[in-house]
Amino acid sequence: MARSVWKGPFVDGYLLKKADAARSSGRKEIIKTWSRRSTVLPQFVGVTFGVYNGRKFIPVNITEDMVGHKLGEFSPTRTFTGHTAADKKAKRD
Amino acid sequence: MARIAGVNIPTNKRVLIALTYIYGIGDKAASDICEKVGIPTERRVNQLTDAEVLQIREMIDRDYRVEGDLRRETAINIKRLMDLGCYRGLRHRRGLPVHGQRTHTNARTRKGPAKAIAGKKK
Repeated sequence: MARSVWKGPFVDGYLLKKADAARSSGRKEIIKTWSRRSTVLPQFVGVTFGVYNGRKFIPVNITEDMVGHKLGEFSPTRTFTGHTAADKKAKRD
Repeated sequence: MARIAGVNIPTNKRVLIALTYIYGIGDKAASDICEKVGIPTERRVNQLTDAEVLQIREMIDRDYRVEGDLRRETAINIKRLMDLGCYRGLRHRRGLPVHGQRTHTNARTRKGPAKAIAGKKK
């Protein structure tokens, strides 16, 4: 079920401050964050976040299309590279 | 033969059913249309008057997104997700379920027919 409109989008408060600071200043540095649950707001466009995926900070450059999604959606937490081809010899031993 | 919404030519079925042959018109939309145009449920497509056909055609053109337009819209929506690099887009790219279903077993609709794994026995 979708979130009620009257609540507004959920964002961790400190992110707002940091994003504003980044936009008004150099705009270059990556904002490291663990807040994967925060919604991407229109005022985040152009800022780069380092979104933690449990192992490292994935740099995410926010574009206009991303507004409304959560930060965590852009930082996959699982690595699956596919199964190795079945090795018949190894199985027989 | 009635031609409604481009290529669709539903046969001598009941109008209510025939309309659902159009991509984008389901049971609900079909019954809504029939009600607005004033077609009884038993009426078949070949018994429709030209005026009624015209009315149906106009209504669909005006109020519903069907066939090519609808297909294009969904394709664009999926493409947007894929280009965005978000989780849902990744799932679409890999042809896996998007809404968090299990993939240990099942998920055959998305994954296609099962592939045999060599040497996997009890």
